[in-house]
Amino acid sequence: MTATDLATNRHVPDRLDKPLTSALLSWEMLLVLVAVAIFIVNSLASPYFLNAWSLSDLTFNFVEKGLIALAMALLIISGEIDLSVAAIIALASTFMGMALQAGADTPVLVLIGLSVGLACGAFNGFLVTRLGLPSIVVTIGTMSLFRGIAYIILGDKAYRGYPSSFAFFGQGYVGWVISFEIVLFAVMAAVFWLLLHRTSFGRTVFVIGNNPVAAAFSGVRVERVKFILFCLTGLMAGVASILLTSRLGSTRPSIAFGYELEVVTMVVLGGVAILGGSGSIIGVVLAALIMGLVTFGLGLLNVPGIVMSIFTGLLLIIVIALPILWRRFREARSG
Amino acid sequence: MSVLKKLFATAAITAAMFVAPASAQDMKIALVVKSLGNGFFDAAHKGAQNAAEEIGGIEVIYTGPTSATAEGQIDIVNSLIAQQVDAIAISANDPDALVPALKKAMDRGITVISWDSGVAPEGRQVHLNPSDTDLIGETIIKLAADYLPEGGDVAILSASSTATNQNAWIAAAEKVLPEKFPNINLVATVYGDDDAVKSTNEAKGLIASYPDLEAIIAPTTVGVVAAAQVVTDENLIGKINVTGLALPSEFKQFIDNGASQAVALWNPIDLGYSAIHIAHALVTGEAKAEPGATISIGKVGEITLDDTNSAAMAAPFKFDKSNIEEFSKIY
Repeated sequence: MTATDLATNRHVPDRLDKPLTSALLSWEMLLVLVAVAIFIVNSLASPYFLNAWSLSDLTFNFVEKGLIALAMALLIISGEIDLSVAAIIALASTFMGMALQAGADTPVLVLIGLSVGLACGAFNGFLVTRLGLPSIVVTIGTMSLFRGIAYIILGDKAYRGYPSSFAFFGQGYVGWVISFEIVLFAVMAAVFWLLLHRTSFGRTVFVIGNNPVAAAFSGVRVERVKFILFCLTGLMAGVASILLTSRLGSTRPSIAFGYELEVVTMVVLGGVAILGGSGSIIGVVLAALIMGLVTFGLGLLNVPGIVMSIFTGLLLIIVIALPILWRRFREARSG
Repeated sequence: MSVLKKLFATAAITAAMFVAPASAQDMKIALVVKSLGNGFFDAAHKGAQNAAEEIGGIEVIYTGPTSATAEGQIDIVNSLIAQQVDAIAISANDPDALVPALKKAMDRGITVISWDSGVAPEGRQVHLNPSDTDLIGETIIKLAADYLPEGGDVAILSASSTATNQNAWIAAAEKVLPEKFPNINLVATVYGDDDAVKSTNEAKGLIASYPDLEAIIAPTTVGVVAAAQVVTDENLIGKINVTGLALPSEFKQFIDNGASQAVALWNPIDLGYSAIHIAHALVTGEAKAEPGATISIGKVGEITLDDTNSAAMAAPFKFDKSNIEEFSKIY
């Protein structure tokens, strides 16, 4: 079984119940329309929105979460979840701070950030795949564990004084208003798109999410794929940790508090089925962009943040409820 | 994606040609707080509006994140930079994490000050403390001494023995005692750990151990309520006066029933009021942010900047029968 066999000769449906969204061309098209609509509304509502620097500043409020959402999308499609990502950011940032204290320079800091992220992801993956524990339970546990370690190390203190070369990752610009963060996000989005939609590995992720038992009987090494996905999610949390630490120029154990829910929101809003089996990277990227546009747009109008929470809450309920209601509606009509 | 990319490109080109409309409008000062829905900060907003009306030509933008995080405040600072506000006055959730974002604001010509909860010196031009250690230390003794013309025994019920703030205030109080309040006798300092039950027990212990005790001073909002409750429950109203630092809304009942004559705390209204005055003075160039400079803060008085460009606003504000009703509605 080669990559081309899987990718071209066999069609594995994303999900068996076609959602309502199929009637609206596709979920991604709908997201594009929403994004454009919000963009236009923002431009009309605030004279400050349509400005190169504003649009550049806007990207900072979703890139770090978006990077994790890319990996999280694969994990959720495979039927698992990782709620410890924000805690991984905190732990990776804390270890980078310790290394800084010991005199480490930028390359070493980056290496440590990535390694800690990867190690945390591998730990989650080990508990889920080798010990067979449910991922939601495991990662709620490691969420407290990782952040707890950060609190034990740091207490109410902070690490500061990161070198200026390190500041580039979260504050630097590649050219004009194009930040390093947004370039990295674009590159990683392309990488994850290729991985999920153009490789045999990506197809096995969908297969596992749709039916892990059938996947196992078809010769897919289900546990191994899931373990890799946990590692990948941890690694991306490490990347996000480097960016966020660089952007804040300091480390506190409360860093990135509550990010995990926003990451999951992006993934679900992007059209990834929360029970696994379907989803696309383009949808997740669009969802990240929409959340950034809404947050920044409301910020420009000085609308309190709670309105944003209400907005995303409603959006999430609609996104999850509509396909289910649509299926019931269809069943009732046909049955 | 392509549609969106085009839109972005168009927007970028438009933006390049886009010249910000010349505004002969009001000066925009943003009052950024730790989190919205907090009575303390709503009161500061009220004071800020008073100052804006008094000075005239100022629009106050009152904003803050939903949960008290540095990341949330950074997103808000970014949107304020985009709005080209004239000044940002912030009570920060983190003294370090906000520095890069606020530096960026200053680079783009925005005046940045912190108030209440400060930012590291490189991230702001001026910091306004609600009060300072010496003023607080003196105030908590004075609150007791004002109602003891003959002098007498007093005791302190503090938070934990390791609480940095409280320890500094108590040290300052002990320093002023012999000079300014020679007939006040501090008999004991006990620690209730900011825990209601432990504070109650410690207050009971003080009353039992020192029969001549005339006042209990609790420089913590938890301890002061616990002590006042003990005095009320043991029918010692009129014999022992409870005082210290208290939230008016929590403490009103004990001023009303006489367990306490007066308490004090920073006045958030004055804080917001002063922050706007300082920001306005810096934007107009009436005042410079440099060590030793004095800046007028309207009816509250004036401040003098120290070596780190920070200053203390005033002694804690006193609440007694005459004003507790009004302030208990605020915070």
